[in-house]
This record gives sequence, structure tokens and C-alpha cells, in this order.
Amino acid sequence: MTQAPPSSKPAGRRKAELDPRFTSYKGVFVFIEHNAGAIHPVSFELLGEGRKLADKLGVELAGVVLAESDGAAEAFCAEAFFHGADLCYSATHPALAHYRNQPYTQTLTDIVNRHQPEILLLGATTMGRDLAGSVATTLQTGLTADCTGLAIDPDNRSLAATRPTFGGTLLCTILTLNYRPQMATVRPRVMGLPERDTSRHGRIIAEHPDLIEQDIVTKLLEFIPDERRDEANLAFADIIVAGGRGLKRPDNFRLVWDLADALGAEVGATRPVVQAGWVTADRQIGQSGKTVRPKLYIAAGISGAVQHRVGMEGADVIVAINPDPDAPIFDFATYGIVANAMQILPAMTAAFRQHTAAMKKAV
Amino acid sequence: MHILVCIKQVPDSAQIRVHPVTNTIMRQGVPAIVNPYDLVALEEALRLKDRTSARVTVLTMGPPQAESALRKALSFGADEAILLTDRAFAGADTLATSYALAAAIRKIRDDMPVDLVFTGKQTIDGDTAQVGPGIATRLGMQLLTYVSRIDRVDLERGEITVQRRAEGGVQVLRTRLPAVITVLEGINEMRFATMPDMFRAARYGLTVWDREAAGIGDVTKIGLKGSPTVVSRVFAPTPRAQKAEIIQTQSEQPDDLVATLLAKMFTKHPPLRAAICPRAVQRT
Repeated sequence: MTQAPPSSKPAGRRKAELDPRFTSYKGVFVFIEHNAGAIHPVSFELLGEGRKLADKLGVELAGVVLAESDGAAEAFCAEAFFHGADLCYSATHPALAHYRNQPYTQTLTDIVNRHQPEILLLGATTMGRDLAGSVATTLQTGLTADCTGLAIDPDNRSLAATRPTFGGTLLCTILTLNYRPQMATVRPRVMGLPERDTSRHGRIIAEHPDLIEQDIVTKLLEFIPDERRDEANLAFADIIVAGGRGLKRPDNFRLVWDLADALGAEVGATRPVVQAGWVTADRQIGQSGKTVRPKLYIAAGISGAVQHRVGMEGADVIVAINPDPDAPIFDFATYGIVANAMQILPAMTAAFRQHTAAMKKAV
Repeated sequence: MHILVCIKQVPDSAQIRVHPVTNTIMRQGVPAIVNPYDLVALEEALRLKDRTSARVTVLTMGPPQAESALRKALSFGADEAILLTDRAFAGADTLATSYALAAAIRKIRDDMPVDLVFTGKQTIDGDTAQVGPGIATRLGMQLLTYVSRIDRVDLERGEITVQRRAEGGVQVLRTRLPAVITVLEGINEMRFATMPDMFRAARYGLTVWDREAAGIGDVTKIGLKGSPTVVSRVFAPTPRAQKAEIIQTQSEQPDDLVATLLAKMFTKHPPLRAAICPRAVQRT
């Protein structure tokens, strides 16, 4: 599972000529992921990013919609147009009602073979990564996983896909030179959302997937939705209070919850804290957890290891509380308090409660 | 039942440091471990073995030192271990890796059919999660990724029912064997190695296959040559320009520090005021 080691020559110059069988591959495709009737936000982020790539290449941006019925697909296509797509390939079949690897792989592979995009982007979700891995292997092309940056290499018009590697310690830029399409999955919440412009329109190209339910081996017996009540919605939280190992004991983590309540914030944590079982894995922020972009991020007892940093440095304001003045978190936080989080957190909870009480009175 | 578990030896990423001047990874002294996600897959396989007396074979591709990862797996209770090692495999990306592993699995199943292939949801060094899907696609096996629970294995009907983590919920899926399963983290706890297994692991004569022994004829499909992706640049993340403004007060009392912080924050970042909306219900 290792990527190829970096070569001394810039890879872009090794071979500028594309294999003749791939020269007809044009355009940027974005797989439009949807769950329970709603498009996954990462697909909009990809349309925004795909628009930029397509404009740079002077080609069209297409959404690829796989859905149960024409009615559902039309609504998804319209949203794709509002977010930047020029056209949509719409494949509908009852067997596509829920995500299953086999029918989705077959349908998406057929669309790629028929319409030959140079770039195909998917969200790095459980669906996108499952599907992309199978499609890339079927097509025998390159796939770059979990990217955090996309650009066009000026030397050879290739997709330059940047991703964290070695647990986020380093970034590497990966090219797929002589194979098409160039595929990438992109981590949610890394790219900004494009403006939704309801005056935009596009063409819908109907695809007719050749699927027979009896031939699909895997059956969905049941879908158990997550309980909304306690589910962490970190990715879209405006404020996050996160705790790390500096809180010393699991019961001290309650101070993080208290402050989160006072702020109406979500609670996050570092990997060691999740591994120690203080909080559930859905609250882990960082390289192997979630990426977040809140307005305010309060880091309590977090040293700021790069594995954590990659998941939260997109926050507008970062407040760090750590007794070690040399902790790496102070290198990139907005404000720092050099002190023990166990003392600062209760003071903060009280201060914010006072602040909101004063705001209410003022209204 | 025959379960194959694909594991990988990885550098312990928590201990990797980047050289501050040259921006290269300092590998010296970084311990090699079994990819933690693969151990979750191995434990799940061993639990099936406990229930059904299955045979568990572990497979890894890597340098000769990766042998220690296999011995670790044997010490936990795996029955057989195969090391796929050849300089020709070096520099493989995920497409070339799944080609080599799929070839080895074909050879393994010539000896004894494979019902299930288990592996971790991803590795901690590559983080791609692509090799599992790659193997399944190449072998024409059913693919179940991010599996959080194995509900039932029905050998007579050749079926397996699992719970799979999806966006917004859990899919309960039933499929036909043979299948490739990538296992979600945190669903089990690795057992302790027993004394007899540790002795057996130390003495065990590993099966070692090079390219030819694995039955791979086409060298353009493996290693660097078989990899459509190339790394063009490796670099350290650019640091944010400014360092944190450290809040200081004369008293250094928590209340004063926090009051100063709030005053500064709300003056410089007015939108934060509106973002705060406390929850009425206090947690207990």
C-alpha cells in the first residue's frame, strides 16, 4: 500500500506524450453521492473544485448521478448544475436504490468507458472510497486517495493530487501520467463550498444501466440509521471544544463537555484520548479521524501533533490551552493560554455563560 | 473454512519525525509494527476460528524484515504464514500491490479454497484503503468494506451477513462467499498471545515466495513499473504564518486570563458572538 518513492527527476517531465488510446479522454467528472435523498456536501465541494480544474483545462464539468428513479436523479442533477456542472450523466435503475459495490462499480465503469473523462473525482467517504477502489482497479488506472489539494500541473496538463502521508507528517503530490482517467478521492470539508446559483442549467444525458437484480449477489437486508440524538456532527460544527491527553484523567474530560454545553459546541478529541476510550471514535479529529472547519476551535490539553493538526488547522480561530509554552500547538493557534486546562476550562465555562446571559439581557 | 488475513508491516507513524532542515522523514529508530487496523482484522478472523474451527492464513508483501509481522500474527493464533518478497515488488502503488497480492491469493487457493479474505480498513502509513477493493475486484470476490460486525457465516449456503458502516447509518448486507472484508477499527480487542503460540511462532518455518514462486510472469504489472501513479513531490506542510498570541495578565489567574481572551477575541472576531448559542439542558 505504499506509494512509489519520489524520483529525483520531476515526474512531470519523464513522459509528456500521452498514450494515443487516451488522447480522446476529455472533461472532469464528479461522482454525485447521495444518502437518504440528500446530496453529500462533499459532492458540492468537488463540483466547486472540479469547476476550477475544468476551466483551467478548457473542458466541461459533468456530474455523474446514479439513482433509483428518474425523478430522484433529476433533482440531484439540478443541484449539480446549481453548483457548477455543465452537464450530468444520469443512470437510473431500481438496483441503484442503495449503495452496493457491484452495481455501482459496473454502472460507473460503463459511464467512464463510454464518455471518457480525463479526471474522475469522488468524495473520500465510506461509499466513495469503496467505489473508487473497485472502479480504478477495473479500469486499471491510477487512484489517489483522500486528497486535500487538487491542481493542474502546468507542464503536462495532469491532475496534481496532494495528500497527507505518513500520518500527516508530510504532504505528497501524486500524478497519474499515462493512464486515464486520473482518479482521486477527496477528503470532506477540506475544499470550500461553491455558491449555489439557481439560475444555472445544464444538459442531462440519460444512461441505461444494464443491471439485473438477480445477478447482484449482495443484498441489503436493513439500513439502521444513526441515532441523531448523540451523533457527533463535527464536520459542520461552528464551534468545537476538543480535549487531549493533557487532561490527564478521563473524568477531567467532563470539563470539555461543560464548556461545549455553554457554547453550544461539539466535542472533539485527539487519537490517544479516543484510543483510551474517554470518548467515542466518531469524535476523533485529525489524520485518521475527521477534518473540521469551525469558526472557533478550543484545544484543551492538546500538544498539536501534526496528526491532529491536519484535521483542524482550517478553523478560523484556534484557542490553545497547554501548560507547556513550547507545545507545537502555539505555533499555529490564534490565541494561547499557557496554563493547565483543568483550571482554565471551568473559568471559560463560567465566563461564556456570563457573556450569553449579558447578551440576552441586552436584547 | 479457510480465512486469509492480509497484513502489512508499517513504521509506527506516531513516532515519525521530519528533519527540520531537509524535510525528509527520519526513519532511524522508528519501530516497525503490524498495521493496527490489520490486527483488528486478524482478531476478527481468529474469533471466527474459535467458533468454527476455521484455518487462518496470514499473508504479507514487503521486505524480508516483514517476517516479524507474520510471526506476531502467528503468536496470536494464525495457523500459516506466507511472505511475498521480491525486489521487483518495490515501489508498488495500490494497483500494483493488489496485482501481486491477488496473484499470491490465487496460488494459495489452489492448495485450499479461500472463503474469506480479511484486512484492515486502511494502513496507517499509506492511508489509502484501496488495496482491499483492489484484491476483491481482481479476484472477482464480493467486497464488503468498513465492516463493524459479522452477524452470521452460513457455510452450508455459502453466505455471510455483516454490518457495514455507511454514511448516516449501518447497512446490514448479505453476500455470497468468497468475499473480501475490510474491518473497521475499534470493534474488538486483540487477544494476548499464549506461551505455546509464541513458541510455535518463533520456530515456524515461514513460506517465502518471490515473484516467480507467486506465479507472476508479467513484470510490467508489479512494482514501480506496474504503478500508474507517481509521486512528483514530497514536502512538509507550510506552517501558518503567525504564532499564537499568548494571553498574559498580571495576576495569571484563570478568571483574568479568560476575561482578557474573551475581550480580545470578540473585538477581533465579531462573528464569534453570534456563533455562541448555549444548550439549555445540562449534561449529567
